[in-house]
Amino acid sequence: MADMRVRQAIVQALSDEMSEDPNVILFGEDIAAAEGPFKTSEGLLEKFGPERVRDTPISEMAFTGAAVGAAMMGMRPVIEIMFMEFLGVALDQLVTEAAKMHYLSHGEYSVPMVVRASNASGLGFGSQHSQTLENWVVATPGLKVVTLSDPQSAYSLLRAAIREPNPVMFLEPRILYAERGPVDTSIKFEIGKARMIQEGNDVTIVAMGNMVNVAKQAAKQIDLSCEIIDLATLVPWDRQSVLESVGKTKRLIVVEEAPFSGGWGSEIVAAVTANLFSELIAPPIRITTPDTPVPFSGVLEARFTPAPDDVARQIKHLVETNQAPKPWWVMEGLL
Amino acid sequence: MNNSISRREAIRTDELAWYERMLEIREFENQVNALFASGSIRGTTHLCNGQEALDIAISSLLRSDDVVAATYRSHGIALAMGLTPHSVLAEIMGKATGCAGGVGGSMHLCDKSVGLLPTSAIIGGGMPIAAGAALSFQIRKEDRVALALFGDGSTNIGSFHESMNLASIWKLPVIYICDNNVYGEYSRINITTPIEDLHIRAESYAMPHEQVDGMNVYTLREALERAISRARSGGGPTFIEAKTYRFAGHSRADQAPYRPAGELESWKSRDPILVLENQFKESGKLTDDSITAKKAETEKRIAEIVQEVQNDPEPLVGDIFKNIWAESKS
Repeated sequence: MADMRVRQAIVQALSDEMSEDPNVILFGEDIAAAEGPFKTSEGLLEKFGPERVRDTPISEMAFTGAAVGAAMMGMRPVIEIMFMEFLGVALDQLVTEAAKMHYLSHGEYSVPMVVRASNASGLGFGSQHSQTLENWVVATPGLKVVTLSDPQSAYSLLRAAIREPNPVMFLEPRILYAERGPVDTSIKFEIGKARMIQEGNDVTIVAMGNMVNVAKQAAKQIDLSCEIIDLATLVPWDRQSVLESVGKTKRLIVVEEAPFSGGWGSEIVAAVTANLFSELIAPPIRITTPDTPVPFSGVLEARFTPAPDDVARQIKHLVETNQAPKPWWVMEGLL
Repeated sequence: MNNSISRREAIRTDELAWYERMLEIREFENQVNALFASGSIRGTTHLCNGQEALDIAISSLLRSDDVVAATYRSHGIALAMGLTPHSVLAEIMGKATGCAGGVGGSMHLCDKSVGLLPTSAIIGGGMPIAAGAALSFQIRKEDRVALALFGDGSTNIGSFHESMNLASIWKLPVIYICDNNVYGEYSRINITTPIEDLHIRAESYAMPHEQVDGMNVYTLREALERAISRARSGGGPTFIEAKTYRFAGHSRADQAPYRPAGELESWKSRDPILVLENQFKESGKLTDDSITAKKAETEKRIAEIVQEVQNDPEPLVGDIFKNIWAESKS
């Protein structure tokens, strides 16, 4: 058991996989000589050499596609998209090529590649470098989608993603890179399995990425028994764990760092409602960002992103009244 | 059921097979056109009439452990690489016996045994994938090559430029072959592109390049041999522009009314099948009689295959759920 930062856990996972499997290769912008813009490949060029750790031109389409081709030939490429927004110019290769190859080849080819991308708000990068864009790829059969939430999941989830025979979108909330915590390198995660963060009886809180930490902080502020589930894998999400939990608590809150409209939390709410309708004692709700771009100002960004105080208010309201709380922007008459 | 590999070897070893396979591709496309017109094929088709020499040249030189990333206009390259007319037509007709079990259709053909990657219906889609396959060969120190085959329209999409740049800086064993058939969908090249000699685009990527007559198997083979040998020996990528002409419209029922008068006729006088026929007649490999016999045999064989495929089973409903996810081996 070691104490490490999220970015160090990522380096450790990459290093351990590269040591065990010579087919694992890394490429992306500034990941080799500069060791990654967020230092997530520190020391790897020196350890594994320039054949396996490569800097690319600023050509996301080309290097994402190159990962698809290399994976089809039996390599296990792990590529880095510096900010998830940059996937916009490479989306074809992930959604329309990588995710279709097994299907279109009648099962002859598979694409064991990992696309790592930093995402989410909180560091003042403005509206084109702070989005949480998993909703871009969530409706793509053939592509798995996961998000880390702490150093342990950074390590264990990344190792599982690299061993996965299908393409995986691996999301890294940028605000967590410096977070420190214990990592047990013997712990194995399974793609598709949610993590029980804390057990409780009053309400089930489903979250992902940094919203897991926000939910934990919120739960500490109130005197209620909150069950917190880190979804970890968004595609395919762990239906069974969520349904079992809500079957027990009878209440559901999804905390989702993404715009209110069109988010994956609606999928969770729909499944829970359809399966447990008569058992619920309160309407399932989602706590999200407003339907706006991410603002730059520190004051504005702090309000934009679901924050512990506001999440605590909404949990309390739901559990105490069994009525849906209003989002802050509705309470304050802003929208 | 699948004799792709023996058909592939025939093209690699037997020059007469080049001619026979070109006749097969032409007749196959003519029948696909007729089946589409009669409503027996749904969706879309993109015919390759006039471009057969390139498909043959590529297949005659690559090994079956090399890989090809091609496009939605791939009936010809698939047949040339060895896929059977039965499995290709069955795929085009959505039958269970198709090379992708009927879930792919005309634009998505594949056969791993001969190195045909799933063909892409996205312009530029296969180009970085070929670079990536080549990267894996380079890292593993294998002397295999990857080849991307695409049309002139693809040279205006970002993927082309990004892939050329990446292949060049990494010296990848990849060959980019542009089938410059003069038309990108419904638009003539002069409307969409400021130059018509596309090979010069490789100059800015410091990539060796050449332009060749795309209607002549032999000239194409000479250029390809240079490129393949460069790639296998660690010399990096090559860009080849093959000057061909699309005898058919872009897709479906397009009759290409936008062509300038006389252009099609002028190119048809250099039909690649005619060019090879004349070369073989001069060298004594073919006679008028043997040509007539081969054409008749091809028509008969393809007609029989059309009958067989029409009677083939449809996929089962459960096939919708197959091959979405690869299974873990460990």
